[in-house]
Amino acid sequence: MSEQQKDPVVVGSAQVKEEPAQRAGDTEQSPLPPGRSGTSPWHIGGRTLTSRFFLGTASYPSPQVLQEAIAASGAQVVTMGLRRQLAHGGQADDFFTLVQATGAHLLPNTAGCHTAREAVTLAHMARELFDTHWIKLEVVGDAHTLQPDPFELLTATAQLVKDGFEVFPYCMDDFVSCQRLLDAGCNILMPWGAPIGSGQGLVNPGALRTLRARLPGVPLIVDAGIGSPVDAVQAMELGLDAVLLNSAVAHAVDPVRMARAFKLGIEAGRLAFEAGIMARQDMAVASTPVAGHPILL
Amino acid sequence: MSTPDFISESFTVVVNGQPQTTTARTLQDWVDAQSVQPAALATAVNGEFVPRDLRAQRLLCVGDLIVTFQPIQGG
Repeated sequence: MSEQQKDPVVVGSAQVKEEPAQRAGDTEQSPLPPGRSGTSPWHIGGRTLTSRFFLGTASYPSPQVLQEAIAASGAQVVTMGLRRQLAHGGQADDFFTLVQATGAHLLPNTAGCHTAREAVTLAHMARELFDTHWIKLEVVGDAHTLQPDPFELLTATAQLVKDGFEVFPYCMDDFVSCQRLLDAGCNILMPWGAPIGSGQGLVNPGALRTLRARLPGVPLIVDAGIGSPVDAVQAMELGLDAVLLNSAVAHAVDPVRMARAFKLGIEAGRLAFEAGIMARQDMAVASTPVAGHPILL
Repeated sequence: MSTPDFISESFTVVVNGQPQTTTARTLQDWVDAQSVQPAALATAVNGEFVPRDLRAQRLLCVGDLIVTFQPIQGG
């Protein structure tokens, strides 16, 4: 029996130093026997969360829809970006204020960076602007797939860890490159499910399964490529710790309802993982005891 | 006729890729002239991040490349 089969909750959860939640509702839960639920508290980056849903804030039809979607999602972490601009008051300030008002933890990204140097500089800017040492580290290596550049990513990770950041690296699902990130001092991994914004779901679930099995104590967050709540359910059933998505909600016909759908899917998937999913069988296995015994003869 | 102790001379810097004439002696002076909340802006000069509390020490020179970043939506 593998370690994961023995106790999926223990090996599938992050083992990091706990810090009291900073947001009302962070630790709310309804105790369920045997003491676990789909919203069990978990720990990441020095914080305790109950939601396993990280939500992006881009491309919503309006600020109001974004605000309602964040509320419907139950997300306690939302991602933000930075842009080279000099807007004078108004829109930029309003958006930042709106997101801050949700009470969610902010996870700024380094979207648009192609080199480690760019990403490190932008991360420092983000730390100052958003007042957080959390950084979603994106260093893109290909303009068509928006695939991360594993080499620049590693260089940037090593530097940012030295600079005191909690690095959330958007990375490939390759085990060895993930291990290198951990060797560089990274505590968290965010492997892609599929190319950003593609909605293809988990294109390589086997690789994610390998990551979970080989890195049982490392928080794994599927980042990018999720299209439908069923993709999120699958990720959670694989034992990953959380899901980060944006387009699947923002581009839905009704983003607020879709945010709720993902919330429920992520909770269901996590609960299924904790409950332990039955083993697949090649042939039928009768569930009703009388099967195979004709009762009219 | 008296003359001022200091006559501000204008010079050109490049702000987010666009030439701009300024009389600001320091990055802090330049930010103060932008009608932007200083805390809502991150700055770099010639590719180097300049933290908020060091802007007053960063003297500006002709041709300096100033870059500013602000929060936006992100995934």
